[in-house]
Amino acid sequence: MTIASPSQDLEEQVARSGATESDIANYTINFGPQHPAAHGVLRLVLELDGEIIERVDPHVGLLHRGTEKMCEYKTYLQALPYMDRLDYVSPMSMEHSYVLAIEKLLDLEVPLRAQYLRVFFAELTRIKNHLLNIGSHVMDVGAMTPNLWLFELREDIMNFYERASGARMHAAYFRPGGVHQDVPLKLLTDIADWMDKRLPELFDDAMSLVIDNRIFKQRNVDIGTVSKEDAIAWGFSGPMIRAAGIPWDIRKSQPYDVYDRMEFDIPVGTKGDCYDRMMVRVEEVRQSARIMKQCLQQMPEGPIASLDRKVVPPKRGEMKQSMEALIHHFKLYTEGFHVPAGEVYVATESPKGEFGIYLVSDGSNKPYRVKIRPTGFSHLQAMDFMTKGHMLADATAILGAMDIVFGEVDR
Amino acid sequence: MARSSAPLIAPRDGIVDEVKAAIGGAFLDAKDAAGEVSITVTRDSIVDVCRTLRDRFEYQQLMEIAGVDYPQRPERFEVVYHLLSLTRNHRIRVRVLTNDEKPVPSVTGLWPVAGWLEREVFDLFGVLFDGNDDLRRILTDYGFRGYPLRKDFPLSGYVEMRYSEEQKRVVYEPVRLAQDFRAFDFLSPWEGAEYILPGDEKVEGQAPGAPTPAAAGETKK
Repeated sequence: MTIASPSQDLEEQVARSGATESDIANYTINFGPQHPAAHGVLRLVLELDGEIIERVDPHVGLLHRGTEKMCEYKTYLQALPYMDRLDYVSPMSMEHSYVLAIEKLLDLEVPLRAQYLRVFFAELTRIKNHLLNIGSHVMDVGAMTPNLWLFELREDIMNFYERASGARMHAAYFRPGGVHQDVPLKLLTDIADWMDKRLPELFDDAMSLVIDNRIFKQRNVDIGTVSKEDAIAWGFSGPMIRAAGIPWDIRKSQPYDVYDRMEFDIPVGTKGDCYDRMMVRVEEVRQSARIMKQCLQQMPEGPIASLDRKVVPPKRGEMKQSMEALIHHFKLYTEGFHVPAGEVYVATESPKGEFGIYLVSDGSNKPYRVKIRPTGFSHLQAMDFMTKGHMLADATAILGAMDIVFGEVDR
Repeated sequence: MARSSAPLIAPRDGIVDEVKAAIGGAFLDAKDAAGEVSITVTRDSIVDVCRTLRDRFEYQQLMEIAGVDYPQRPERFEVVYHLLSLTRNHRIRVRVLTNDEKPVPSVTGLWPVAGWLEREVFDLFGVLFDGNDDLRRILTDYGFRGYPLRKDFPLSGYVEMRYSEEQKRVVYEPVRLAQDFRAFDFLSPWEGAEYILPGDEKVEGQAPGAPTPAAAGETKK
């Protein structure tokens, strides 16, 4: 009995199939939609030459739920919780654009305390988002421990969310005209303590394992480099455009709520590679904590939502005493408020970049059209040119540094 | 001064007139409402207008292409381009009108990001883009039919999907709702309801009542 050596066997197979070497050089593989490094339900069709990626065709839309269509059938207030479910990693930032768009059409003034609370929680959300992204990016390129430590911090933030809004993730806390309810003083002091002790301790510990790590640098430095021109042409925003060296931050250049009173720095990358994108986010966590501390120092007492009873429902205590308040409450939760006809595009700096709402109103109690400008959609489209010529293993690093969440990309 | 705390964008004075002079005949209309400038241009000139805005007026980034459907108009779709200037810190909105047959020239030659944005408008509204060589569906399911964000597309859609235990695969079936979709009418009658209010139908074609009694002076004696 003779056993053919593997190489002989292969040669025979190739000879029998009649394929020449050039025929089998390129092949296509399917990455996802169920892959732990796909950050959700991304399907990548990769065309490979050996281990080099020639072409990437991302297939998105596997999480498409028709949010924009559903919003057209809901009142303005009923459509708000859908925003939480877009980017479920940073829910309050999604609400922020939406409520600001409504307020802009209504020309509604928001009390100062509500503006501070919104900025405070928007920055808490930014930390929450970056902790997950940094952790999962690090895990995508091979390190396990930092992710677990960062999840601990994320869990703390979820608890803060719950104490403020009643829900750990889908908060529905920002409302047109302000926020839903005031926060207890104890919550603010607890968050302040957390920012003084736990956050720097755990976060710096986790980062000390990563940022100077040789393996981590080998996997990220000079991977997926994007020039300034490319970043502009591909519609990048947020940490992606800042890592390319463009100091663009909507919080600074087009300030909303009380961001114009805040003092913070914008970290900017030098090379535009995956390592820069990661480091921009690391620094943004520290800057966000800095903004939150300023909010705590400056936050005044006062109402937490506009006193315009045609938009913001009255307090429950008031409803027990006043017939007028009861009528307003009933009207607002059945019919809702009417928004004057017009159109606005409001974009805020969500943790992932420019998150915009293009709101068209026809004067009724339901939006005529809500166009959501997702951040990840433009970034993911650039996947093809960023990945071209890289090794297969780099695709996960590039994807991880992009910060993609499919709730938002697919809507 | 706007009272809301939405993002502050410094006005760029005279931008409408400058753009109007630069693009000439392509200009149709302009609006400056709520601190946001939007211009409407002819469909065929969109590429030239965008190039002018990008190169001469420093609107470097294309952030979004949105479709809006107005079924009652002869050209029912609006395609709305949102441009952002990083250097002048300003936003502008460019609008073209089209219907489901006339294609809009693609701006993929100016911004590669337009590729997917146009695919999305095509997928959800059925607007065609001339020059986009990858105009496949993007957000909806493989093999989906219809254009879901058109106003005449029902919210519930036409098909629903489930896993069939007999066939051991996913099957599509017509949507069956256990309860009719309820559309409530919240408009108050004095706010312009366009239907006949309950009771008002009696006004038209009313049966003649009893004759009016003659006045005292009319009676013959």
